[in-house]
Amino acid sequence: MIRIDRTTCCYCGTCVAVCPQAALELVDACLEEQEGCSACGTCAKCCPVGALEVCHEGQV
Amino acid sequence: MKDRYDVLVVGGGPGGAVAAETAAARGLSVCLVEKRPAIGTPVRCAEGIGREALREFIDPDPAWIAAEIKEASVVAPDGTELVLNAKLAGNKVGCVLERKIFDRELVRRAADAGADIAVKTTATGPVMADGAVRGAHLTGAVPQVGADVVIVADGVESRFARMCGIDTTVPASGMMTCAQYLMTGIDIAPERTVFTVGNTIAPQGYLWIFPKGERTANVGIGISGQKSGPGHRAKDYLDRYVRSHFPDGRSIEFIAGGVPVCRPPPSTTADGLMLVGDAARVVDPFTGGGIYNAMFTGRLAAEVASDCIAHGDLSGKALAAYDKKWRESEMGRSLARNYKLREYFIRQTDDRFNRLIHSAAKIDLDEFSVPELIREFVVRNPALLADLTAFRAALS
Repeated sequence: MIRIDRTTCCYCGTCVAVCPQAALELVDACLEEQEGCSACGTCAKCCPVGALEVCHEGQV
Repeated sequence: MKDRYDVLVVGGGPGGAVAAETAAARGLSVCLVEKRPAIGTPVRCAEGIGREALREFIDPDPAWIAAEIKEASVVAPDGTELVLNAKLAGNKVGCVLERKIFDRELVRRAADAGADIAVKTTATGPVMADGAVRGAHLTGAVPQVGADVVIVADGVESRFARMCGIDTTVPASGMMTCAQYLMTGIDIAPERTVFTVGNTIAPQGYLWIFPKGERTANVGIGISGQKSGPGHRAKDYLDRYVRSHFPDGRSIEFIAGGVPVCRPPPSTTADGLMLVGDAARVVDPFTGGGIYNAMFTGRLAAEVASDCIAHGDLSGKALAAYDKKWRESEMGRSLARNYKLREYFIRQTDDRFNRLIHSAAKIDLDEFSVPELIREFVVRNPALLADLTAFRAALS
């Protein structure tokens, strides 16, 4: 799973494009996580502003 | 808005808008959907484009030109600045746009040509029939629209293509992760774009200053996704630069964005489907520029779609004429060359950048282009030729 810090996210879509599972979507200007996140961390790594964090099950 | 069109365009940026205008001008029924409530905002762009490139599509209008650019410079990691001049005196080589207004103008032109426009309307997935794309499911007033061809221009996210089975995922190494301030009250050369390179300043990317007025500019940075991480993200690098170079400047806007510099998918068409612009991953991998390439592929896709509709053949094979045409175009060949150039660029040390830029204080270019610049560098650094063998042919 991904934890999205909504106060930091600039809804730029970089994470959406790099997600190998196509598990992220920008709904208008709001980033949402869909089914299928593999917790690979590519989105968190590439985020220009550091709004994303991978969290594993039970860590929510 | 109807429930059936000849062409459905997904995305209202420059690629989608030019596609919609071109198709509508050819007499096709066209609908363009944009998921955001407003065209052109939030901006995710440094807003620079070559003047001649722009003129292929639209005459420059002061309403959406923030600055006319006459020269560019490259700054070495040690601070040495190399100014690149166009030989032709007074030559306006580029423009910095006001994308919020520019994008809306392009969509207005599409509407004037006869296209229907639906904002705040998301294409949530393709309508499929016999393995072909035949429209899209939408949010908004009309839940589903049928179309002979769907032209996908949904930008860096490129979700629609993936839902149609074309993998447009960008690897971290092929993603430039970017951050930008619109700064005011800063000392700049208002007619010069500045590109600063260096591994400690902008790893595998560059920092840009694109003027938008006498003391106002887009100050931004792009670094490779591969080099990004906690504490060393695009925004961290940008903040460090701004603190040291423009301590008294004021930021009046902040944006983030991703620029895909990976190669395009093996095919940018399928049955009933065409990809254009950032969604097709046709951004210039060396400069990161994507506006012209989006408009170019948008227009070409609409032209080929219109021919295919006239002939009643909307198979992937027929639409592939578009794929072939853009790859063989000057734009396509320039992309192919610049992937190699980027691979070379990202391997350079700061010492190498310094030496290259020290080799000239000023370069007058006949033509403001990447090949022309490389040629000039090679003249000054003959040893470069050994490195450049791979694309020497492309430059000759």
